[in-house]
Amino acid sequence: MLRFLGERLIQSAAVLAVMSFVIFALIGLMPGDPVDLMISADPDLTSADIEKLREIYGLDRPVVERYGNWLWAALQGDFGFSRLFARPVFEVLIPALGHTLALLGISLTLALCIGLPLGIWAAVKPYSVRDYAVNLFAFAGISVPSFWLGLLLIILFAVILGVLPAGGLGTPGGDGGWADKLIYLVLPAASLTLASVGGHTRYMRASMLETLRQDYIRTARAKGLTERRVVLGHALRNALIPVTTIVALDFGFLFSGALITETIFAYPGMGKLTYDAVMGNDFNLALVALLLATLVTLVGNILADLAYAWLDPRIGFEGKNQ
Amino acid sequence: MTAAIIKPATPLSLVTRRFLRHRLAVASAALLAVLALLSLAAPLFESWLGLDANTVDLFNRFAPPSADHPLGTDEAGRDVLLRLLYGGRVSLFVGISAALTAAILGTTIGLLSGYFGGALDAIFMRFTDGVIALPLLPLLIVLAALDLEKLGFSAAAAQSEGASLYRIVVIVALVGWTTVARLVRATALSLRERQFVLAAKAQGASAARIMAVHILPNLASPIIVATTLSVGNVILLESVLSFLGLGIQPPLPSWGNLLTNAQELIWDAPALAVYPGLAIFVTVIAFNFVGDGLQDALDPRSLERGKR
Repeated sequence: MLRFLGERLIQSAAVLAVMSFVIFALIGLMPGDPVDLMISADPDLTSADIEKLREIYGLDRPVVERYGNWLWAALQGDFGFSRLFARPVFEVLIPALGHTLALLGISLTLALCIGLPLGIWAAVKPYSVRDYAVNLFAFAGISVPSFWLGLLLIILFAVILGVLPAGGLGTPGGDGGWADKLIYLVLPAASLTLASVGGHTRYMRASMLETLRQDYIRTARAKGLTERRVVLGHALRNALIPVTTIVALDFGFLFSGALITETIFAYPGMGKLTYDAVMGNDFNLALVALLLATLVTLVGNILADLAYAWLDPRIGFEGKNQ
Repeated sequence: MTAAIIKPATPLSLVTRRFLRHRLAVASAALLAVLALLSLAAPLFESWLGLDANTVDLFNRFAPPSADHPLGTDEAGRDVLLRLLYGGRVSLFVGISAALTAAILGTTIGLLSGYFGGALDAIFMRFTDGVIALPLLPLLIVLAALDLEKLGFSAAAAQSEGASLYRIVVIVALVGWTTVARLVRATALSLRERQFVLAAKAQGASAARIMAVHILPNLASPIIVATTLSVGNVILLESVLSFLGLGIQPPLPSWGNLLTNAQELIWDAPALAVYPGLAIFVTVIAFNFVGDGLQDALDPRSLERGKR
């Protein structure tokens, strides 16, 4: 167990290290560089000045050397300043991370509370009318473009009905209390929930269908248990094992997928911050935000493996290495 | 009178029969065919309506649907229906070509990995794990924002109309091959131990021949299913990137970038936000239904599950 965890941690650290270099190099390939931005601030600079500035900031160096310098500073806790916010990168990131986790927490809870029962309900009577209806709903959920769903929700609730705010974090000049914040969370959370509930429903249905075909379910039925106890007492625990894994794997996807929802609803979370940083040439911020998103995905993957082995005693950690 | 000859069912006819039983999938396939034909016929509609998809008419902004403009006009007085049809060309082209490119990439990596095994397999699979762990959307945004001139393309190539089109195909394929690679590797791993592969080996067939003639045909089903399902995903990704202003660049329309302005215009013309999204939604769900139907039709196990 510990050995497995150690291996996975080392592997993840390696991925993170490689990624930090790849992202660093990619960001260097984006249009403009910090000196270009200074030029736009001071049009009187001569080309000799520009060369000099590039030298001062080390921009004439090869990418490996620049990365080395960044890494050295980063390891000492200096991730640089955000250009857009003129504050240290982490001072900007931490509140955004909090906002995203709040949004994801609500959406994921809602999506599971709706998706799992729906999947079970459909699987108990496969190929019935209600199974088809649930399937249709689930397919619609995975096929709808989430930004369009967000737009429709804004049109319906903010433009036509005018009952909910179209975006933001709280009423400007409001009391900033949690009730006010909650109102602003309704539409983004609903949009994110609808976007992920279809997947959960389909996983749960497929897994439950597979489980109900097992021999021990036949045994449970044969000894006269009610269908309710067969499904909820015997099948559910086993059917949840693969679902847990997929949900953990999905968390990373959801985390970066929240970017769309956050951008549409002007919700200041990690995703919107990443998007703004990339669009606004905020290199330091974009780099760390992307690395943080990678880290979350990697942690989700490790949790998925751990949950799998923990929930199913038949699965050893050693066998899972390959 | 000849005796009734019962033709033995060929695998293909079995698959067709099982697919046709899937009514939703059949309807979806028909719908996709109609959508593709309509998009391809966009120039015909153009001459028929006597309009041009890119003509700006500022005296006729936000016109309601009429005989001249069946779906009305947008914020620049352009015909919404025509832009939708041209957008369909782009979105379908990107969806299908990126899914195919990703499938080819994934099949190559999975096949080499599964057939040769050993160190090559270990390296390829660790690499695949690494790519899967990447935050997809933020990474795509960075890739879409890259400066092509810094990558060594000429300024003319970087700014040409096709650049945004091919760029999105390439970057989506670059991150989208992992599912196929894993599927292909797992199947190739078990196929290479089978008798017919061993027999071919004993006869002195080269590795390339075994992979191409004996293993690849047996991989067709999972590849076809995974690729069909991924077309829908690619269209979603393209639309998101174009919506954010990073994918297909206007004036070339795509279903995603038709929605870019829709958000700002939401108070004036909410209908503009409805059509392109509806087109994306219908197309993606149709690809998903077809993929699901193909899966049932191509997977022999679905026979054991009894009648559907």
